Amino acid sequence: MQKIGVFVCHCGTNISATVDVKKVAETLGKEPGVVYSTDYQFMCSSSGQNLVIDKIKELGLTGVVICSCSPRMHEKTFRKAADKAGLNSFLLEMANIREQDAWVHKNREEATLKAVALARAAVAKVHLNTPLTPGSSDVNKRALVIGGGIAGMQAALDIADAGFKVDIVEREATIGGTMTQIDKTFPTLDCASCILTPKMVDCEQHENISLVTKSEVDTIEGYVGNFTVKIKHKAKYVDPDKCTGCGLCIQKCPSKKVPDPFNLNLAPHTAINITFPQAVPLVATIDADNCLMIQKGKCGLCATVCPADAINYEDKDSIEEKKYGAIIVSTGFKPISLHNFDEYAYDNSPNVVTSLEYERLMSATGPGKGTVLRPSDGKHPKTIVFQQCVGSRDTSGRGKTYCSGICCMYTAKHAMLTREKYPDTDVYVFYTDVRSPGKGFDEFYRRAVEKYHVHYIKGAIGKVVPMSNGNLQIQASDLLMNEQLHIEADLLVLAAAMEPDKSAKPLAQKLTASMDNDDWFTESHPKLRPVESPTAGVFLAGACQGPKDIPQTVAQAGAAASKAIGLLIKDKLQGNPCVAHSDENMCNGCSQCANVCPYGAITYEEKDFRMPDRTTLVRRVASVNPAVCQGCGACTVVCPSGAMDLFGFSNKQILAEVDALCL
Amino acid sequence: MVYSYYPGCTLKNTAKELDECGRISAEALGFTLEEITDWQCCGGQYTSGKDEIVTKLSSVRALDDAKKSEQDLVTLCSACYNVIKQTNNAMIEDSDMQMKVNNYLKLDEPYKGETSVYHFLEVLRDKVGFDKVKEAVKAPLKGKKVGAYYGCLLLRPGKVLQFDDPENPKIMEDFIKALGGTPVIYNMRNECCGGYTILEDTDAAGRNTSKILLNAEDMGADFLITACPLCQYNLMQNSLSEKTPIYYFTELLAHALGLREKECFK
Amino acid sequence: MDKNKLLSEQVQRNSGVDVSKCMRCGKCTATCPNYDLMEYHPHQFVNMVENDKLDVLMKSSSLYLCLNCFACVERCPRGVEPGKLVEAIRLEAVRQKENNHLKPDQIVEKLTEGMPQQAITTAFRKYTK
Repeated sequence: MQKIGVFVCHCGTNISATVDVKKVAETLGKEPGVVYSTDYQFMCSSSGQNLVIDKIKELGLTGVVICSCSPRMHEKTFRKAADKAGLNSFLLEMANIREQDAWVHKNREEATLKAVALARAAVAKVHLNTPLTPGSSDVNKRALVIGGGIAGMQAALDIADAGFKVDIVEREATIGGTMTQIDKTFPTLDCASCILTPKMVDCEQHENISLVTKSEVDTIEGYVGNFTVKIKHKAKYVDPDKCTGCGLCIQKCPSKKVPDPFNLNLAPHTAINITFPQAVPLVATIDADNCLMIQKGKCGLCATVCPADAINYEDKDSIEEKKYGAIIVSTGFKPISLHNFDEYAYDNSPNVVTSLEYERLMSATGPGKGTVLRPSDGKHPKTIVFQQCVGSRDTSGRGKTYCSGICCMYTAKHAMLTREKYPDTDVYVFYTDVRSPGKGFDEFYRRAVEKYHVHYIKGAIGKVVPMSNGNLQIQASDLLMNEQLHIEADLLVLAAAMEPDKSAKPLAQKLTASMDNDDWFTESHPKLRPVESPTAGVFLAGACQGPKDIPQTVAQAGAAASKAIGLLIKDKLQGNPCVAHSDENMCNGCSQCANVCPYGAITYEEKDFRMPDRTTLVRRVASVNPAVCQGCGACTVVCPSGAMDLFGFSNKQILAEVDALCL
Repeated sequence: MVYSYYPGCTLKNTAKELDECGRISAEALGFTLEEITDWQCCGGQYTSGKDEIVTKLSSVRALDDAKKSEQDLVTLCSACYNVIKQTNNAMIEDSDMQMKVNNYLKLDEPYKGETSVYHFLEVLRDKVGFDKVKEAVKAPLKGKKVGAYYGCLLLRPGKVLQFDDPENPKIMEDFIKALGGTPVIYNMRNECCGGYTILEDTDAAGRNTSKILLNAEDMGADFLITACPLCQYNLMQNSLSEKTPIYYFTELLAHALGLREKECFK
Repeated sequence: MDKNKLLSEQVQRNSGVDVSKCMRCGKCTATCPNYDLMEYHPHQFVNMVENDKLDVLMKSSSLYLCLNCFACVERCPRGVEPGKLVEAIRLEAVRQKENNHLKPDQIVEKLTEGMPQQAITTAFRKYTK
């Protein structure tokens, strides 16, 4: 015989203002199986919890129903209390009479009726609850960071400092990411390299960090605490253990017109190259597509001059398999292609550049060695025009619907730095809105206007016409003056919208991590779990989750690292016992459950079944890995034979709830 | 290959060169422009109002005629192309428009946008192929720097016309290359010539066309080609500069194919 | 209901333009090739329809100066398509009695040597009903 206790919470006046809690308690007291029913002002307070504990012990309750807020809020609190009283915590259920009732209704009578119905459903479920015990699995104490930009580096350093081994897998030859291409940072205007390169060196020298450059994640299998990852090392053609980064090979390489992606193709580099002088690791790699020796078998100069004998033209891609307990995704962003926006003449004039290209034009390691020169003829630009929101906040289908968030600030930075270095330059910024909500950000933007006299114009550029002398005729609007402007400019800088790096989408598929419509990784909860992916053991750092500036990226990377440390520090992982399980006798081996499982938790095996006539039948049946299953229940819904069921949310329990609500 | 051909009013009068050179070039390239019988003027301008029914009728008659002949419809004039293609799109996308137009026309079988509409240049690019055009060239335009003038009507609205990238088109540049000329890219090539406002205010149109011509000249064009009689007229009439002549693209084609010799292209 | 408000709804319905989508970036006005001659500019058309100032717009010569070049339609980042809005207002204006902007007997004086038929048919379609 069940002995169920019902506890109805007032939640101050949150519930009791709309729901007659006394009446709910009274009505529920008459339900079959309910031996105790009461109401209390704050069930979640310590005296409220003690009331539950005392009654479990005193009356020997076999089940408990708490009528209060959402289980997201306090299910853990009450389950702990049940545990303390010696009752299996999965014999406790919550009826949400706050979010789903008191807060959304006005009529007291109707709200009270609904509270009674919700409580009844919970009681009906508790009748069928069974004690559940979470299983456990081991944790591999090594973390994988995918993407070695500022986000990945910060996360790796934090995890490594906590004493765990970390591998940073980076596609390029050096770590550092997009920040290596940036000249100075807002709003402090400190040099990006000066704050970045020491961190890069820290990563290289940290005993717990391994840098896996020129490499990509090939496949990912397993589950939280136990990921098996295949990493593809791309051929470098230079032995990184022998190379000293002396640079002799670069001086001698005859293939000097190779497009340099680090400088966004604003200047060429050699086929054998080091990305930039502060690269980490400081080793050369060969761009095979442009190497005369690899392509035509003629040259070999670099091998001749290399004092370390590091060159290996026969190098091949290779695959390595490693195990990890936690994964941090930090694949970052890139500016969108501007081919859809040719009213700005990006494709038809070298003097129309993106903001990131302007960073290279300003940078000491860029093509102008720190002097801004316009790409067409190397002339000093005298009039520079900036256009914000290129492809951002665009619902026409040409661009991205979201605000890219950081363009207002980096454009203010560009404008200010330009005016400071070249006071004889006229600088115009066309804006839709100036968004500057960070610490010191609005002051920074105002400084550009008030101290540096940058012409901020509320309006847009409509048409750009490049002329044969390289100048640009710009037709634009000034909405506040209600004028159309015609400006002859030397250089136009376009604040192109941000989008996720192209590697993000295939990676999300490998991780079974979810993404939004724009291919940003989605977090588990936008407010309360902002750095966790919905896939257990996968954490998000930096701009792979959405547009971010450097401080936000570093903060999020630290948070992701702390979550990963919290996972790695455990020896055993307690699983969620509310997982799916298959009744082998009913399973017909159709595979529908495995097809819908978003976590890859279901596998099939051939099993021997002893038949009544003493023969043995081999059947293909589903089997669920409880460590991987997240308890979403998709498999239970598609299973045509009713073999799949979820512990804690069995079909019978759910039907009992429905019956209680409807009958 | 035979196409239903919609010439339009202007090609029967002031723009005879555009029409005639187009037809003979088509024959030389292995396709025929078969003129639709009893076609009516497209109106020169697509009216985008959703309750504009009557202004769609002449286009739908032409489209239906092509449908009955089981042929694609081809135009040479940019304006006709724009009006007929937009009308066809409305007949597919706007069910209300489709119903009202069909109620009005009382055709044997309702027209529902079945006909495909192509501009002559699209036929050259997508059906004949510019490589085949190149093979047929007998008098290549060696050393000629040619600026393509697109105007608005071939390109916009881009989502409906799907003719080329509306901000940086290259179909006419590829056409010029196929004829052995050197295309000159100048960004004013897709800006409006002033259009029909010439009727009221010749100076106004002149401001637009002179900007276009100055840009083309600055970028080194010897002459311009266009597919629109009104663009050609506006550019010729109102130009502050008289250095840069404007020809129909079919004149250039007919010359390159050795069908009509023209001194100016030599 | 106020006549201006009714007209504002009518022109939005007939053009398919939703003026509330405008984010006030000024791209339309930046791109307009006939800006200098117009009393009201593309962004003002959008804004004035949103604020029910149809009576003012209906009287403006700007209605007949829009070139229908669709540059603003193509480049608007919000898909507002101001050119179609101008067209719908112009239709409202010329559909009113005795409100044709161009009369057939005016054609002879305007017609010059070699002017293509296209100019006349287009002008008629734009200016009259």
